[in-house]
Amino acid sequence: MTAPADKIAVERLTAIFGKTEVLRSVTTSIPAMSVTAIIGPSGCGKSTFLRCLNRMHELTPGARVEGSILLDGQDVQGRDVDPVHLRRRVGMVFQRPNPFPTMSVLDNVSSGLRLNGIKGDHQATVEQCLRQAALWDEVKDRLRAPAISLSGGQQQRLCIARALAVAPEVLLMDEPTSALDPIATAKVEDLIHELKARYTIVIVTHNMQQAARVSDQTAFLYMGELVEVGATEQIFTNPREPRTEDYVTGKFG
Amino acid sequence: MDALSASPHRPRNLGDRLWGAGLVALGGAVAVVAGVIVLALGRLTTPLVGRVHLLEFIKGQDWDPVASSFGALPFIYGTLVTSLLAIAVALPISVGLAIFMVEIAPGRLRPVVSFLIETLAAIPSVVYGLWGLFVLVPWLRESVEPALAGAFGFLPLFQGPQIGLGFLAAGLILAVMILPTIASVTIEVLKTVPVTLREAALVLGATRWEAIRLAVLPHARAGMLGATLLGLGRALGETMAVTMVIGNTPEIRTSLFATGYTLPAVIANEFAEATSGEHVAALAGLALVLFGLSILLNAVARLLVQAVKAATGSVG
Repeated sequence: MTAPADKIAVERLTAIFGKTEVLRSVTTSIPAMSVTAIIGPSGCGKSTFLRCLNRMHELTPGARVEGSILLDGQDVQGRDVDPVHLRRRVGMVFQRPNPFPTMSVLDNVSSGLRLNGIKGDHQATVEQCLRQAALWDEVKDRLRAPAISLSGGQQQRLCIARALAVAPEVLLMDEPTSALDPIATAKVEDLIHELKARYTIVIVTHNMQQAARVSDQTAFLYMGELVEVGATEQIFTNPREPRTEDYVTGKFG
Repeated sequence: MDALSASPHRPRNLGDRLWGAGLVALGGAVAVVAGVIVLALGRLTTPLVGRVHLLEFIKGQDWDPVASSFGALPFIYGTLVTSLLAIAVALPISVGLAIFMVEIAPGRLRPVVSFLIETLAAIPSVVYGLWGLFVLVPWLRESVEPALAGAFGFLPLFQGPQIGLGFLAAGLILAVMILPTIASVTIEVLKTVPVTLREAALVLGATRWEAIRLAVLPHARAGMLGATLLGLGRALGETMAVTMVIGNTPEIRTSLFATGYTLPAVIANEFAEATSGEHVAALAGLALVLFGLSILLNAVARLLVQAVKAATGSVG
């Protein structure tokens, strides 16, 4: 098996919010068709790192980014890159399920298609995405029901299906199971396993067991700095950095 | 005092109960006041009871106190037309203003615009009326009405003599007056839309405007309807500014250029001069009709809000 090509290359990424340096010169790469987990204690910059990848950090007033993020070799911060187009290629799932509450299950999944001006019958795409999100069997009889009538775990998988519908290349997941119970968490983790065949996934988690279970590569961030990045097995069994070892063995964090 | 000291071991419980009873009394007072007003108005109408049937009164188109002919329809018509016109004009502007304030305006501009909106709300209605009479009406007469007649003259709404006074002037002045109400409530409603919903739309590749349309506005629909209701309530009851610009003629005309009359305006204008008991009774009847109209619109709007909250259909 050959080493997978890098989908994203991050070089000397520094993020400054107002006067606070949230990320300090982070350099790493994210292989295609694999799962990269970002771990680290609260406030270490995990979410910021993720949001920089699809320029969601720009929503925060006073946010500034230095360094480069190359997606397939193209700098996503470039003047000629429209964040709207970038986000269609780099989708995102959030910490708390956030389906559109006024829409049905069906309309939630197809909302991205309608946004992108794709006309016609979305039923087939919706079914395919719901199947990919391992939700189809549970909701196929109530596609017209309001999205908020689903359980929390179902809502999160609905949000994953919604993200998949616009056919992104990269899927960013910001602590996608932190609001879910263990059973729902297991379902989402299984799903991540299946999705990596088609998508490049970056997942932020503060749950180290989760990182160990779902990811191929793990990056440990601490106080805005990338302490260590490597194959997940190596990070958890044989970390090079003492700080990584302390964190993954639960000495702090 | 005795009650308080009598049970020192349960002071909180007693205090809670006194506090609760006080609040119940205050809440009940609202119902009592409303009831007393309706009763008093009802008693005033007795000279007409038995002489004029309620339906006849409401459907009657002729208002001639000297001839003891009392029909409320021209006033109901005028009230509804001016209020609905006001909503039609004020609602889109208010929603646009609110979206601008919450989604687009830079932080430094917000308090300034917000102060201006509050200022609009604080201007006394007689001042609006004066402004309407000396600025709005001449402007309508010389520029707006000829232009409307030129462009849409084929519609009955924009036909007839262009004198400035009338439904259009009253509707527009009401629009300005209810704009701060609708806008400020809508601003608060939009602020309650969770950031996570905007983000949900943005990560799907929505532009800023698409995110507003997809995630923000649907979530705020019920609240915006409530804001409209508040504005409508103010428009229905507004008296002084309207009577100064509507022309005060009890007639039902299709054209917005025509003069008319509203329920509050006629009550305010004629009450002092009403000498016969029947005239007073008819005016009290109009007051009851206005009261009923407000309650009716309130109820309808509340049902609408419920329906909108319950509805989940597509918005795209």
